[in-house]
Amino acid sequence: MTIRLNGEPYEIAGPVTISALLAALNIDPRIVAVEHNIVVVKRQQYDATVVREGDEIEIVRFVGGG
Amino acid sequence: MTSDPLVIAGRTFRSRLVVGTGKYPSNAVMADAHRASGTDMVTVAVRRVNLHDKSKESLIDYIDREQIFILPNTAGCYTAEDAIRTARLAREVGLSNWVKLEVIGDERTLFPDNVALLEATRVLANEGFVVLPYTSDDPVICLKLEDAGAAAVMPLGAPIGSGLGIQNPNNIRIIKDQSRVPVIVDAGVGTASDAAIAMELGVDGVLMNTAIALAEDPVVMASAMKLAVEAGRLAYRAGRIPKRPHASASSPMDGRIAAAAAGGRAGA
Repeated sequence: MTIRLNGEPYEIAGPVTISALLAALNIDPRIVAVEHNIVVVKRQQYDATVVREGDEIEIVRFVGGG
Repeated sequence: MTSDPLVIAGRTFRSRLVVGTGKYPSNAVMADAHRASGTDMVTVAVRRVNLHDKSKESLIDYIDREQIFILPNTAGCYTAEDAIRTARLAREVGLSNWVKLEVIGDERTLFPDNVALLEATRVLANEGFVVLPYTSDDPVICLKLEDAGAAAVMPLGAPIGSGLGIQNPNNIRIIKDQSRVPVIVDAGVGTASDAAIAMELGVDGVLMNTAIALAEDPVVMASAMKLAVEAGRLAYRAGRIPKRPHASASSPMDGRIAAAAAGGRAGA
């Protein structure tokens, strides 16, 4: 199934939790924030939030800036 | 300078110099520059994780979080909605509910869209954020932002990265005189004297990034800026002499061995 991940199409085998998605992407959950369909996902909800076909996910972190 | 701390939203900062984390030649130089600057607050931007980059190096690894408070910004946002989304994401990273709020109105000058900025400030302040808006050197918008719940106001000195210094010192002074929240001049500083000038106007702090990061020697410039902000603050607290059009001699006239000028028209 296809989701939209950081603005691009991304294939996943089936519905997956945010936690599992981050793990699959090899991303440390402690240094990012995640949006699921324009709503910020609270860190405690990563295990409970399921990503499905067509969902939009944004994963951001802090970078250098002024 | 801990007897004269900067206090924003009840939080105390030893330094009145806030520094960015962008455009440094390397993270290591950035860390050295931060140390040299004496800052205890730095700004960071919020961007998508690069899914194709397997590098494990994180900017945060180079910021000494024992000493330095991290202030996320909403740089690159051109609408209130994007800035609000970005601020909410930044808060969820979990470090604080503080945000340097930027809503940009023009690509070339990076001047703020104050209408959208005001709306975003109101929304975020109502959600409990500590909002520090980057705005114009316009006393009217600064008062509106304060009334909308901003914890400080951050008028620009000149366009971001321009190095032009404080373009409208009179406006900055007016803003400081009218504000009940701290005033931090943010953007446009080019060299040390610019920072000193800002502080001499009475503002509470200065925020800069490019002036340090793109200096030929960022670490030396960071030291210069630390001293400049301290010097400007001390000069402000000391109460400067007024400007006058003519001379006022520093040495006494009595007891001179030289004869008075003919006609007695020597200056007093």
